[in-house]
Amino acid sequence: MLNPISLAFKKAKAEKRPALLTYTVAGDSSKKQSLDILKSISKNADILEVGVPHNTPVADGSQIQTSAYRAIKKGIKLNDIFKIVRDFKKFNKSKPIILMGYYNMIFQYGDNNFLNKCKTSGVNGLIVVDLPWPENKDFAKKCKKKSIYFIQLLSPTTTSKRLKKIIKNSHPMNYFISMLSTTGGKLKVSPREILKNYNRIKKINPKKEIVIGFGITEKTIGKLKSADGLVVGSAICKEITRSLNSRQNPVTNVGKLVKKIKNKIK
Amino acid sequence: MKLKKKVPVIDQGNSLGFWGGKFGGNFVPETLKKPIEDLEVLFNKLKKDKKFINERDKYFKNWVGSPTRFIKLENLTNHIGGAQIWSKVVSDANGGAHKIYNATVHCLLAKRSGKKIICGDTGAGYAGKMLSMAAKKFGLKCKIFMGAKDIARQQPNVKAMKKNGAEVIPVYSGSQTLVDAVSECMRFWVANCDTTAMCVGSTVGPAVFVRICGWSTSQISRELKAQLIDEFGAIPKKLKLYNCVGGGSSSFGFWNEFMDYDKRQVEFIGVEAGGPKKSKKHAAPLTYGSKIGILHGAAQYVNQNSDGQIEETESISAGLDYPGISPLHCFLKDTKRARYTAASDEEALSAYKLVTKFEDLRPSLEPSHAFFVALKEAKKLSKNTVVVINSCGDAYKDRGILEERLGKKYVKSN
Repeated sequence: MLNPISLAFKKAKAEKRPALLTYTVAGDSSKKQSLDILKSISKNADILEVGVPHNTPVADGSQIQTSAYRAIKKGIKLNDIFKIVRDFKKFNKSKPIILMGYYNMIFQYGDNNFLNKCKTSGVNGLIVVDLPWPENKDFAKKCKKKSIYFIQLLSPTTTSKRLKKIIKNSHPMNYFISMLSTTGGKLKVSPREILKNYNRIKKINPKKEIVIGFGITEKTIGKLKSADGLVVGSAICKEITRSLNSRQNPVTNVGKLVKKIKNKIK
Repeated sequence: MKLKKKVPVIDQGNSLGFWGGKFGGNFVPETLKKPIEDLEVLFNKLKKDKKFINERDKYFKNWVGSPTRFIKLENLTNHIGGAQIWSKVVSDANGGAHKIYNATVHCLLAKRSGKKIICGDTGAGYAGKMLSMAAKKFGLKCKIFMGAKDIARQQPNVKAMKKNGAEVIPVYSGSQTLVDAVSECMRFWVANCDTTAMCVGSTVGPAVFVRICGWSTSQISRELKAQLIDEFGAIPKKLKLYNCVGGGSSSFGFWNEFMDYDKRQVEFIGVEAGGPKKSKKHAAPLTYGSKIGILHGAAQYVNQNSDGQIEETESISAGLDYPGISPLHCFLKDTKRARYTAASDEEALSAYKLVTKFEDLRPSLEPSHAFFVALKEAKKLSKNTVVVINSCGDAYKDRGILEERLGKKYVKSN
């Protein structure tokens, strides 16, 4: 059976649009609410990235940090996150879920233990921010055995030689970081420039799905439509924070935001 | 796990940067892979380049001021009545602490790589102060990340950084101390690595930063070795080197040149921050058996919970207030080359009182931890044992804390 992640790309392609990937932090602002948010955005998002909050994140901007601290403060644990995924999959079995986090949490859980738990909970892919290639070779192999995609990150600083090696060793989906920034930074390069880099990567192996993330908002997403997929994360975390601060319901607000974003790429 | 002889410890890591196959490495976001590789290539080339070494030595001698004094603490020796007690007064160095060595080398490297801006983290404020001094000296713009809690408790160093023209950026996330400052500094580098060089303030972070820092602070033991031979005609038969350990930059530098001696002749004792006596929190991952984890790009023993969240630390000394520890020290611990123990806040304060009572020396709270253990152990040691404590920082920056904890006279009289 094809990984639901690949199916989601197929479906989006059939509709002649990029796949929409969302990122929210598990447990933000509570376990239940983060599950409700996933349910609410799943109507419009094609792939759900679920952030595993960590308290020394070296690549996250302030929006995601705020969400992560909120979740950690409420006491979220890895096992709770697996339960959120499991509960979501009961609600929508085919919607792909990618866990995104930092390696120490996986390391403490034990690579094999973690992957077994991913498999039984219904996780379809993994992004580990601080486990780059080639350090991730063994881990990526273990993922493959479980039919879980290990998603490689590519950056504007990745050299051509390195790009080729990473792509050659990669699973069907990879993630291109649009610019030199932490998550949620203001887009400091033009969408044209981003797409130029994207196409350079795409050419290496057109069969691999490449999504673009970092700095993508309601305003910028329309200009990047030619990509295989686009990730919106910080903008959603920001909306959760805004909703909480103004005592509104994050679940409905985030649902509306994702719908609006989806309309921009249809 | 084995320590190799005749190979510098900083160069004993494997091809992926792991010491002993498991400490260190490069757990970094993809964006930093290239800048780190560039820095590695540059550093590996320059550390063999005679011209570069001469340049470094010239600045160490004329600007940092080398050698720093190596003095006998006669009064303390008489008072304790055991081993001979000596101190290497590294706080003589320009700026008042060992952090100047690493800062100088990073600025020299930044100049060579054509970067115009340098960013760095700081806990006690020394790493930041020294980086701001070196940046000014070498004409680089400087940004310092510092936890908001540390900004409040280490004001003299904050003022110095600003006076040197550095921008001090307060970090409000997490515990608002060094661990968060390092995270924020790394995040800044992720977003600005095309124009900016990063200086990690200790022997922590991705492998190349561990190596650069260890290479820089080794100046301390190069000087000490010559001074010991000058004083005793040879390296003493029983030598014990005490040093506080936070990230581990001063202790590594204090020990490096003596690595190949048998530990029965030259023993290394690292003293971590045990935190307040009544608190469960500490900054002593080696002493209290913390598990291996990944922090700031490197595998190391680190205070963390079962889920892998990094735990908050507590210590009176901002410079030791870090949940992790250099991969180099993890390696020295597991190969049993060095011995590690901890001193509490109260013990460090008592040592500060004792040292300042008997000697014209004013160690900051960080080396006061090492003084406590050294003085306690010296009592039981023979007269022909030479105990040397690295007084790696000056207490000027701790005025506020010392006044609060010990009263005005300990600030004024010194």
